[in-house]
Amino acid sequence: MASLRVLVGCKRVIDYAVKVRVRPDKLGVVTDGVKHSMNPFDEIAIEEAVRLKEKKIAKEIVAVSCGPAKCQETLRTALAMGADRAIHVEIAEKEYEGIGPLQVSKMLAKLAKDEDANLFIVGKQAIDDDCNQTGQMLASYLDWPQATFASEVVVEDGDLKVTREVDGGLETVKVKMPCVITADLRLNEPRYATLPNIMKAKKKPMLKKKPADLGVDMTPHVEVLKVDDPPTREAGVKVESAEELVSKLKDVGCI
Amino acid sequence: MAAAMLTRVRCAVRNVLPASARIWQSSLSGCQQSTMPEPLTVLNDEEQLMRDTVRRFAKEVIEPRVKIMDEASHMDEQLIDALFQQGFMGVEIDHKYGGSGLSFFIANLVIEEIAKVDPSVAACVDVHNTVVNTAINNNATEEQKARFLPKLATEFCGSFCLSEEGSGSDAFAMKTQAVKHGDKYVLNGTKLWISNAEHAGLYVVFANADPSKVPECNILGEVGKGYKYAIETLNEGRIGIASQMNGLTQGALNHVIPYTISRKQFGHSIFDFQSMNHQISKAVIQLEAAKLMTYNAARLKDAGLPFTKEAAMAKYMSSETASWVTSKCIDWMGGLGITKGFQVEKYFRDCKVGTIYEGTSNIQLNTIAKFLRQEYAE
Ligand SMILES: Cc1cc2nc3c(=O)[nH]c(=O)nc-3n(C[C@H](O)[C@H](O)[C@H](O)COP(=O)(O)OP(=O)(O)OC[C@H]3O[C@@H](n4cnc5c(N)ncnc54)[C@H](O)[C@@H]3O)c2cc1C
Repeated sequence: MASLRVLVGCKRVIDYAVKVRVRPDKLGVVTDGVKHSMNPFDEIAIEEAVRLKEKKIAKEIVAVSCGPAKCQETLRTALAMGADRAIHVEIAEKEYEGIGPLQVSKMLAKLAKDEDANLFIVGKQAIDDDCNQTGQMLASYLDWPQATFASEVVVEDGDLKVTREVDGGLETVKVKMPCVITADLRLNEPRYATLPNIMKAKKKPMLKKKPADLGVDMTPHVEVLKVDDPPTREAGVKVESAEELVSKLKDVGCI
Repeated sequence: MAAAMLTRVRCAVRNVLPASARIWQSSLSGCQQSTMPEPLTVLNDEEQLMRDTVRRFAKEVIEPRVKIMDEASHMDEQLIDALFQQGFMGVEIDHKYGGSGLSFFIANLVIEEIAKVDPSVAACVDVHNTVVNTAINNNATEEQKARFLPKLATEFCGSFCLSEEGSGSDAFAMKTQAVKHGDKYVLNGTKLWISNAEHAGLYVVFANADPSKVPECNILGEVGKGYKYAIETLNEGRIGIASQMNGLTQGALNHVIPYTISRKQFGHSIFDFQSMNHQISKAVIQLEAAKLMTYNAARLKDAGLPFTKEAAMAKYMSSETASWVTSKCIDWMGGLGITKGFQVEKYFRDCKVGTIYEGTSNIQLNTIAKFLRQEYAE
């Protein structure tokens, strides 16, 4: 088979291990000098695509990222993990602050058409804004079926059988390609880029584009009014007995 | 003295890294063009990327295994396989042999990052990369390289067998004999203290040979030059040990400094007592000095400049610093420091070998003194 062209969305986000700090102007978080890496759900998306290629189901994997110049580092990681080439849609830092899933999904949709993609895999959400919208919007702009929160993907008679993690348990759906899949945590365990593959990734092609090339309107539709730290937890008190607990809870009006 | 290589086929089947048909040329091999040298601790993009990759692997894959392996006194074979798969065991081996094709400096970053989490795993990676691979790379014929380097990059752990019961610091006192029988050499003798021996698929063995005999296909370099090869290899190896010791010291501090900040006595964080934070600052200064010396020695080696004296100084400084700092780390944790519940006692145990293997501290001082004698001789 090996006929599918798979596009994978890779967002550059603040590393999961970093303790995020709110900016003094309270309109965002500090990103300068802070370690960034690929959104963990997008790593899972890349891994799934690479496995499809190893199973000779996918022919080519194209990693795409929309954002500032540094996104190229994220794309290099995707290439080192096994993507064949990359597309970077460069958006100036300032402009990038104003956009969200709406603009990104429009750009991804245009790329999917231009690249003649059969499958688009994205992470179910990004760990910075937790939007959980890009995959769904992408499917609707493309008018493709979607299988979100995927925890297993198998090819069956040319269609995809996808197990989805839903609140009550698991749901299995069948989708026709082309389609959009959003990757959940348990879909796979992404591999680490190896040192030789990191070196080889430097030689893989990376195409640079601008939002204007894709004809996407970058006007912000959402304005951030304020970003606040979560309230600091106050110290607790120890109680001696269940009776004391109940009376304390009554005192503070919890019961 | 001659060096021979023994191989044995590993039973375990490993995933061999795909060998690229294209011959890849290291972009790092040349010296820097600019007239202003970069500060020692500034890493270029490639160095930074490699360090971050190893750091993450160490945290996510090695760290959860540290206690289990320590309690069992056994290296997890799956972990050794993973180290090969990640390309950590052939850092400097050329791409054409399936290695990562990176600099000696990056090999040192790999060792340092792993040692922060588990100095014992770092010892395995260190010996393999900076001693065994180096011995083959520097002394083997093209035919031998083609035979051994792909295996060393992807599946065979290597051992460097020099020491014996009667021959430690005094490597010349070695008793092992290589006696020619037909087209083979038979090795007779007993080696001692050999790192990686239980996992190795390739052994670089040093033995006394009758110089009139003709070397066979597993003889490394020229018969009669084994001592020179051993010493030259260990010069590079010492920088690797220095990196291991620096990573170890940093790892211990990473555990202990946050503890001293959170631990309260007399109503204060114990870090805030001046006699504590001054000692801690001194430890950090020592480590910084050791690291600068090690980075400099490694960068000298990559630049093709003499580095023997600098390697001895770096190894001495780093291992003595590790001994002192890890001992202080235990003091700073109080009673908890000596319990096995915390990692610090393992760093304290692991550092001890640093002042012993690849030349004891006294032997490093001898090397340095030899240089001084020459430099100041009239
Ligand atoms: C964990 C571990 C791993 C090892 N791995 C390997 C390995 O992979 N391959 C290998 O070949 N060897 C290995 N060794 C051996 C190691 O290199 C030797 O232990 C080391 O060279 C010291 O030799 P020795 O133990 O015989 O001590 P000795 O040489 O007996 O030294 C004892 C003491 O005498 C001092 N001393 C000796 N000679 C002098 C001198 N001329 N001037 C001043 N002081 C002197 C030393 O500094 C030391 O303090 C390993 C050792 C250990 C502990």
